[in-house]
Amino acid sequence: MSHNHDESVNDPFDRIEAETRTGGVTLTADATARPGAPQTEFAPQSHDADLVQETGAVERTFERKAGLKSLLPSRSTKLTIGLAMLGVFVAYAIIAPFLVGDPNAISTFRLSGPGQNGFLLGSNQAGQDIWAQIAYGTRGSLIIGVIVGLLATILSTLFGVFGTYVGGFADNAFSLFTNVMLVIPGLPLVIIISNYIPADHRNVFLIALVLTITSWAGSARVLRSVTLSVRGRDYVMASKISGEKTWRILVVEILPNLIPVMASQLIFAIIFAILGEAGLSFLGLGPGTEFTLGKILQQANQALALTQGAWWWFIPPGLMIALIGMSLSLINFSVDEIINPKLRSNSRAARKRWGLTPAQIKSLEEENLR
Amino acid sequence: MRFYIQKLLFYAAAFWAAITLNFFIPRWMPGNPVDLLISKMSAGGIPVTPETKAIITTQLGGIGQGSLLEQYWAYLKNLAHGDLGVSISNYPAQVSSILGQALPWTITLIGLSTVIAFTVGILLGMFAGWKRGSFLDNLIPFVTFFQAMPYFWMALILLLVFSRIVQWFPFAGGYDTFAFPPIMPGFNGEFITSALYHGVLPATTIVLSSVAGWMMGMRNMMVSTLSEDYILTAEAKGLSPRRVRMVYAARNAILPSLSGFAISLGFVVAGSIVTEQVFSYPGIGYTLWSSVANNDYPLMQGCFLVISVAVLAANLVVDLLLGIIDPRTRSTTA
Repeated sequence: MSHNHDESVNDPFDRIEAETRTGGVTLTADATARPGAPQTEFAPQSHDADLVQETGAVERTFERKAGLKSLLPSRSTKLTIGLAMLGVFVAYAIIAPFLVGDPNAISTFRLSGPGQNGFLLGSNQAGQDIWAQIAYGTRGSLIIGVIVGLLATILSTLFGVFGTYVGGFADNAFSLFTNVMLVIPGLPLVIIISNYIPADHRNVFLIALVLTITSWAGSARVLRSVTLSVRGRDYVMASKISGEKTWRILVVEILPNLIPVMASQLIFAIIFAILGEAGLSFLGLGPGTEFTLGKILQQANQALALTQGAWWWFIPPGLMIALIGMSLSLINFSVDEIINPKLRSNSRAARKRWGLTPAQIKSLEEENLR
Repeated sequence: MRFYIQKLLFYAAAFWAAITLNFFIPRWMPGNPVDLLISKMSAGGIPVTPETKAIITTQLGGIGQGSLLEQYWAYLKNLAHGDLGVSISNYPAQVSSILGQALPWTITLIGLSTVIAFTVGILLGMFAGWKRGSFLDNLIPFVTFFQAMPYFWMALILLLVFSRIVQWFPFAGGYDTFAFPPIMPGFNGEFITSALYHGVLPATTIVLSSVAGWMMGMRNMMVSTLSEDYILTAEAKGLSPRRVRMVYAARNAILPSLSGFAISLGFVVAGSIVTEQVFSYPGIGYTLWSSVANNDYPLMQGCFLVISVAVLAANLVVDLLLGIIDPRTRSTTA
């Protein structure tokens, strides 16, 4: 910041600089604070009104209507694209299985390419419709993702939040258990366990249960550290002293602060469950009869789709997994910005919306880089 | 000192948990390996006599013989002698010797690719976080695609492109086993060149799939660190941007990546196991897969044990390093 700072700053850039910095710092303290709790008001002077208003608009709305709204993601391109993509995939997984034929139906058209013989995405070794398999597979994979995500969130809340708040022996034991589960490699454990389950007993729900075993520990550790910081806050102390019951403090005072973190962990749990299922199925340990995206990949690999050049057999299912994961990650960007306001966009695109000229943006960037 | 003792104790506990899990899983799961194996044998038309059953039971570490405590004690004793039993699919090879052959491949592959991915990811993340809104930073949303893609799918695509469409790299294996005169595994130029050549695609798979995670983490931490007051102070003092970036920001931003190493390494190991299977790479992951496919229970348990111990050791090293780099961790250990 090479400009001189005095009380009556007239230079819009200094303003923005100061605004973003101060805004960022103030919000750090606030973002995780209890919704509705008294907050330090950051009131900008109102000359340069337009610019200032635009700049801090998001931040200040956030501060003033600090209630439930602060827990909702702010609108951004990433969020919109992510939600749209996810919406399409979920709708596809729900509707498409009713519209396509039987994914197991065989035909004489072996390994026809996309668009040939009436197969939208081609057919496999046994002449089965890959498009139909992907419709069922997406449904299976998403079901596993959602179940694991929810179960892992419940378990991590139990081990990360409950144990930490109670403190003492329970905390030590829970924390030790969490950390041990964290360092023991997950997939090998899951492989061993599912190998002992006979193939005809393995269904989507059982696989989801097995995957849950290894997917809660990471979130539990994150939740533990956040709980530790919230537990020490003055208002929690105050409600404790005023005689509130433990469960009430946990549910009413502490949990709301954890919701964004839990949402973020839930998103990752879903991604990694879908990936974990894919890996497990690829090794031949996935659900026995139902279709999942991993199972299509395994069948393709087993039938040497690669050597036969049948790319339409193994590229679409993997692409589907990656795109589902990408849509969830894009949504997570917005959730992350609630947890850590410092991450809020300060990008070129955001500055464009402030209505600055390219020259101003350039000098602002130089300012930032200095 | 207390920090190091605590860490060592924790990893000792984790090690004990791993070997105990390894003992209990085959005994607790509904499918008893002995019965599973026998049912598969009789389904395959092999006559099963009580003697066969007794032999299989002994081979599988005496499951169901004596009390659970006796079995556990015998298991620990065997383990202390490095005796992991006899492999069924590679009879009469010792599990420990099979694992001994496979381990160097995996450790080299995962070790090298993790070091490369970590370095590249941290550097990219550092620059993306430093220059917000720059080209690199705007790439971040697309990076998530790589983060969410299965390792083995990446492996299949690399194989399709670089081994089928353009035949630059070999299709499978750890080194050229068909060469004439044959290449002897060992410390000789021919073998090392061949192994490196075969390792390019597997390593590229792991690097491409795991670099995104490191980059995202580092970028986010870099952005958070840059809004700290001490960065402002450093800037105000007129330090060079390079110094502020490297010494003030990056050095602090890297710490969470290191403390989150355990979680990340778990994913890398998981991905590599499946990747090895795609490339038929002669490492632990491939051994684990073939033991699962062949119902080779002793080998499977041995693989789990070796992978767990290796991951624990790697985490221990990182944890101890973190204690040296970041003194704060030494005072607040959990």
